[in-house]
Amino acid sequence: MIATRSVSGSSQSPRSPSSQPYLSVSVTDPVKLGNGVQAYISYRVITKTNLPEYQGPEKIVIRRYSDFVWLRDRLFEKYKGIFIPPLPEKSAVEKFRFSAEFIEMRRQALDIFVNRIASHHELQQSEDLRTFLQADEETMERLRSQETGIFKKKPADLMQIFKDVQSKVSDVVLGKEKPVEESNPEYEKLKHYIFELENHLAEAQKHAYRLVKRHRELGQSLSDFGKAVKLLGACEGNSLGKAFSELGTKSETLSVKLQKEAHQLLMNFEEPLKDYVRAVQSIKATIAERANAFRRQCELAETTKLKEINLNKLTLMRSDKVGEAEIEYQELKAESEEATRMFEMIVRLMNEEIVRFQEQKTLDMGIAFHEFAKGQARLANGIANAWRSLIPKLEACSSSS
Amino acid sequence: MMGNEEADDLHESREEMESLVLDEPSNGRSSASATVPDHHDPLLSSSSSSFSDRHNPNSSLNAFLDPPSYAEAIFTSFDPSSNGHETPQLSSNSNPRSSDYLYISISDPQKEQELSNSLVPGGTTFYTYLITTRTNLLEFGGPGSEFSVRRRFKDVVTLSDRLSESYRGFFIPLRPDKSVVESQVMAKQEFLEQRRASLEKYLRSLAAHPVIRRSEELRLFLEVKGKLPLAKSIDVASRVLDGAARLPRQLLGEEGMDVNAKGGRDLLRLFKELRQSMSTDWGGVKPLVVEEDKGFLERKERLAEFEQQLSNMSLQAESLVKAQQDIGETMGELGLAFVKLTKFETEEVLFESQNARAADMKNVATAAVKASRLYRELNAQTVKHLDKLHDYLGIFLAVGNAFSDRSSALLTVQTLSSELATLHARIEKLEAASSKIFGGDRSRMRKIEELKESIRVTEEAKTCAEREYEQIKENNRSELERLDKERHDDFMSMLRGFVVNQAGYAEKMANVWEKLAEETSGYAKDGS
Repeated sequence: MIATRSVSGSSQSPRSPSSQPYLSVSVTDPVKLGNGVQAYISYRVITKTNLPEYQGPEKIVIRRYSDFVWLRDRLFEKYKGIFIPPLPEKSAVEKFRFSAEFIEMRRQALDIFVNRIASHHELQQSEDLRTFLQADEETMERLRSQETGIFKKKPADLMQIFKDVQSKVSDVVLGKEKPVEESNPEYEKLKHYIFELENHLAEAQKHAYRLVKRHRELGQSLSDFGKAVKLLGACEGNSLGKAFSELGTKSETLSVKLQKEAHQLLMNFEEPLKDYVRAVQSIKATIAERANAFRRQCELAETTKLKEINLNKLTLMRSDKVGEAEIEYQELKAESEEATRMFEMIVRLMNEEIVRFQEQKTLDMGIAFHEFAKGQARLANGIANAWRSLIPKLEACSSSS
Repeated sequence: MMGNEEADDLHESREEMESLVLDEPSNGRSSASATVPDHHDPLLSSSSSSFSDRHNPNSSLNAFLDPPSYAEAIFTSFDPSSNGHETPQLSSNSNPRSSDYLYISISDPQKEQELSNSLVPGGTTFYTYLITTRTNLLEFGGPGSEFSVRRRFKDVVTLSDRLSESYRGFFIPLRPDKSVVESQVMAKQEFLEQRRASLEKYLRSLAAHPVIRRSEELRLFLEVKGKLPLAKSIDVASRVLDGAARLPRQLLGEEGMDVNAKGGRDLLRLFKELRQSMSTDWGGVKPLVVEEDKGFLERKERLAEFEQQLSNMSLQAESLVKAQQDIGETMGELGLAFVKLTKFETEEVLFESQNARAADMKNVATAAVKASRLYRELNAQTVKHLDKLHDYLGIFLAVGNAFSDRSSALLTVQTLSSELATLHARIEKLEAASSKIFGGDRSRMRKIEELKESIRVTEEAKTCAEREYEQIKENNRSELERLDKERHDDFMSMLRGFVVNQAGYAEKMANVWEKLAEETSGYAKDGS
């Protein structure tokens, strides 16, 4: 995927055939390594770029899933407010099975992940991205084992953050200290929208996944049916036997079509829906971050104020602790201002991001729907043609009896 | 003429869909939740009388989804013979040469009281059914005859038993089960309807059989009002040997059987017992029925093979129907999920792009729901076509019975032959013994005379038995010929119907999806 970035400051190399700056990444060639419990998949990540920050026109590295996780976590830390593209699930169970389909789905999702980062005007400038795309495997391993990010937090902590965002009413009712929350009706609507959206999307995705299974089941039963029909035809002999045999063969052919379409449905319809769900979950994490930032801002503002009051008191008293207090106050003030800045940045970024997100999703889903429709139409036409072609043969069989 | 049931069912499923949207995420039974329809499912394909769109004024969702026009959704089957109406199965009932018909229908179950002689007050109740016949067969009084009688299930059992006795060697359709257990478990209405339908199917299949339809038993059953004038059963052995001359009172048997014979019938009952006792007393080893006709044996084996494969195909057909049903249901559920999404995106509009997305989702929802309906209709048709397989499995049971008739008739002949041989041997022994005595042995002579009389009787019995056996063989043969021909025609039409049905519905579905592809073509990456 080609990404163009803001050209400010970058010089055009006269030697490169296209003077447009580009950064193209692909995740390919999954290979299963290791044995048993420790088995994992490695991927080749190929970077092609003419950006000066990178080490050359092409670089190939080997990465595994946890490296992607590291990248995601780093970006989440550094780029608060931005919706970090989602990763496919860790899935401890399927790891043992590692079916070809699972591997392909994961590879596709990882490829999309990296490309979204590479085409995001802020994220693409990240140093961590560069590290990810270029560092040698040892460095990567070292970095990977150091990382602790929000996603490494215990699930309990994570749930707490989400809970805080959602439930303020109960605390008020119970007379607890009123939690520090933004009172922004627009934002409230947005949060509500996001949470509800996840539910609806998850349901649609569930049915999409089932639909894939149904295709496979129908394919299987067509195959079994075809075999049984053929066996019956073999007993019969003569023209009726031939008719059975033709029908049985046709049925088996269609079974293959169904299996193929099931796979297409999975990759081009169910996965995009799944991706949408993950994206919404990622937004929820950003929402939690924003809540944190807001709380921090408020707390620091409070504390700074108190410090100021204290400082004034000491000044009046001409205490010799004034100097110390002054320093502390200044530090705290700086921190508070930083927190406020951070919070405001998050708000600003989120507003931009949500618009971008909505537009992107409309596009993504539009494509997915189109592929879905095309696939189903292709399948239906294939089925219709196959059966239609059988009719003259059946006519021939019955007339020759 | 669309049956009322049909209209109601479509209306009901439509309402289901609409009401489902109104009550939120309870996944509920989607509109595509129909169980595999039984054979009188009203949702059969019908003529394309389009439904005027039923607008439920309370459903805000109607405003979203253009109610699918039923003219589109309902598919006219290409198969001309199954137009979904309860038309008399004329083709199977009629003799193609002279268009005779014998049309039977059953209706109106009614409760009646058993006139009880017992001490228990109240007596038992049972149900009778009204059996209406329309025919132009001469046996029934010629063209334009129409008449009705009331019969109960017991009468049907009697009819069935009598036919089995009279028409040995024929492929007589099997009567419905007594199914005592089910009658307790099922709701009364359901049970009565199921029984009514199965009785109707049974009588119609009798009427379709070229020989049985002309039987006296059937005629009495259909025509004679009041009590059914058929005895429950008569002794086959006696009937077979009808016309035999008066027989001596004694039949000597080694086991010393009861010889209080009063007439031909009693004696012949003894033959039957002899046969049976021979087959059971030999330590479980039946005397081998030696079927000499190789051609027949081959045929029989091939039929057995065919039956087995048929049974297998029937099983797979059931799975296929289930898989079709499942995919239709899931498609429907997917559609409904998108309906909800559409509603959601329309209600909580925060951004411009949501409108476009909502429109797209609405299109997807519409397509999915339409496809789901098509699957349901496809399946209803598929069930009808593949039902033939079940019918033939029933026919094979009848074939089995006919073959049993043949082997038991052969057993009778062989038993009588061996009995004759025994009698002859005994006479020889007696003659040899008495010839040694000068002047003869009066008691032995008497015995020899008696044995000779037995031989005469037995020989007559054997002749009758042989005649019976030959008749049954002939019945088998002609029935096999008929079966071959009918089987060929039936299966060809079943296959054709199945294929045409599949093709037709696949085309309809392709149209639905192509429409959606067009609606979303703006997103196509490569202008495809």
